[in-house]
Amino acid sequence: MNLQQTILGVPFSNPTVLASGIMGITASSWRYCAENGAGAITTKSLWPVEHQGNRNPTIIATEHWTLNAVGVPDAGPEKAKEEIGDFMKDQPIPLIANIIGLSPKEFASIAAVVATLKPDFIEVNLSTPTFLKLRGKLFAEDGNEAGTILKAVRKEIGPIPCFAKLTPNVPNIGEIAKACVDAGADGITAINTAGPGMAIDLRSRMPILAAHKGGLSGPALKPIAVRCIAEIFEATGGKVPIIGTGGIYTGEDALELMLAGASLVGIGTAVGTRGIDVFRKICEEIQLWCTNEGVWEISDMIGGMHKALLARGIKGTSMKHAP
Amino acid sequence: MSIPLQSQLPRTYRIKEIKQETEMVRTYTFDGSLGAKPGQFVMVWLPGIDENPMSVAYDDGAVTKITFFAVGDMSEALAEKQVGDLVGLRGPFGTFYEWKPGEHIALVAGGYGAAPMYFIAENSVAHGCTLEVIIGARGKEHLLYLQEFEKLPHVSLHIATNDGSMGYKGYNTDVLEKLLASCPVEKKGKGKPDCSPIDQVFACGPEMMLKKISEVTAKYKIPSQLSLERYMKCGYGLCGNCVVDPLGIRLCIEGPVVKNDTCVKIEEFGKYHRDDLGKKKEFPLP
Repeated sequence: MNLQQTILGVPFSNPTVLASGIMGITASSWRYCAENGAGAITTKSLWPVEHQGNRNPTIIATEHWTLNAVGVPDAGPEKAKEEIGDFMKDQPIPLIANIIGLSPKEFASIAAVVATLKPDFIEVNLSTPTFLKLRGKLFAEDGNEAGTILKAVRKEIGPIPCFAKLTPNVPNIGEIAKACVDAGADGITAINTAGPGMAIDLRSRMPILAAHKGGLSGPALKPIAVRCIAEIFEATGGKVPIIGTGGIYTGEDALELMLAGASLVGIGTAVGTRGIDVFRKICEEIQLWCTNEGVWEISDMIGGMHKALLARGIKGTSMKHAP
Repeated sequence: MSIPLQSQLPRTYRIKEIKQETEMVRTYTFDGSLGAKPGQFVMVWLPGIDENPMSVAYDDGAVTKITFFAVGDMSEALAEKQVGDLVGLRGPFGTFYEWKPGEHIALVAGGYGAAPMYFIAENSVAHGCTLEVIIGARGKEHLLYLQEFEKLPHVSLHIATNDGSMGYKGYNTDVLEKLLASCPVEKKGKGKPDCSPIDQVFACGPEMMLKKISEVTAKYKIPSQLSLERYMKCGYGLCGNCVVDPLGIRLCIEGPVVKNDTCVKIEEFGKYHRDDLGKKKEFPLP
């Protein structure tokens, strides 16, 4: 069975992508993911200037969920140039550069730097919960604000495809995605962490995370990711590629997000739970399932749920349309 | 006090006992076991302050101990704690030292590295191993766990101090090299009865000491296992802060105890480490 796809002109050997925020600090960590079967890697969010993160504990995990409030630390553009430049020398797999800022100007500034490094895609982080601390709200809560950022980024990056990374914490993620595409996004990455959530230590009565609250990811996030991706796929008419992220641990999880509409799947916390070779494992599990079911092209799975509904005469997944 | 393997949240425990080891070094004992093996680490959390990785100094299935050097904001705050105060522990994480019953092992400890070395010593002696324990420090007032090591059977204790205030004057790595040279591995099985070559070398201590041990054990073709230290956030293999160049391996998962076959491939070993932002920081030359 064929796991390869070409998306916006970029060939991917398989649909697994290292999600932003996991492992991605150095070129050697990206290569390590490539050696372990990743189809592509996403960098941690790159700021236009050095940005300090939070104190520890910043990440806590159970088998059901992970909370993180790392605070998006980054050493700034010089380090980005060094690490991405190093990776691009013999680039084993596509690289998605994730960028962040606090204003259209800041996003434009880092976008211009990153564009010179020629990443395959640029992913625009409009949705980290750290924005709640830094500016009180997420860009991805408001289609106009998100659009303003995307227009600013678009001007700086020439032909490089650009993805908007969205939050699940809105009542209308489909509309936000549509606004992003109208403003120049070539694709959507969904979803960022949900919540935020909290965890409390009983004896000390204290919140465990140093930042008190943190974004929720891990297996508990998957059903929300599936619903959000389905809504984005519908709202954009299935015309733009979606990088589906949220609670993918197995090949079947990946296929479920693809049926909702994802073309590529971001792998995050499973890198800890299932090991660095989770990329290879997921690909093997996808191949096993597809081969057993007589699916020979991975691209045949993308948006499959929407086709199944249409075949029954049901248009869209909204509750009011349910039979 | 048991942490389910797949549910490794921090949890606070009351300090049961405090031992002031030296002026700057303390050992805290907590009731209960984390199931830690020698060489593994825990994330030690002070609510409202910070959380740092520390080697487990001891875990016998009944109590858990950490031995720490009060340097830096977090460990200085930790050193202020009293019996009954709460300290969070999360883990254990990472790889551990591995040996076979009956082996002849050299343990090399620099500074507070003596604590995990004692944890190995107690366990491996129970497996019929014989040990050459080489403890090094700046001066005799900084030597740790001497009395504990002296009480163990099948242990030959060697001491090195930089100022010569106790034992050999110089580095513990010099003592190791002399030991390896005096009974090379080629003599194994055909040597004089008084010469039993070292099967393995285990070490924990400052990076430049470990680098030297890596070189010396490679030269004498003796396998070694070294405990490497890098900035860590999560311990779960997610944050990527403890990844080393050029291999990309995570020292919280594939370490902290790394076999020398791998250490020699880590180009940053003995050269630089990375801070919380991922920026390179050179190690000072010895």
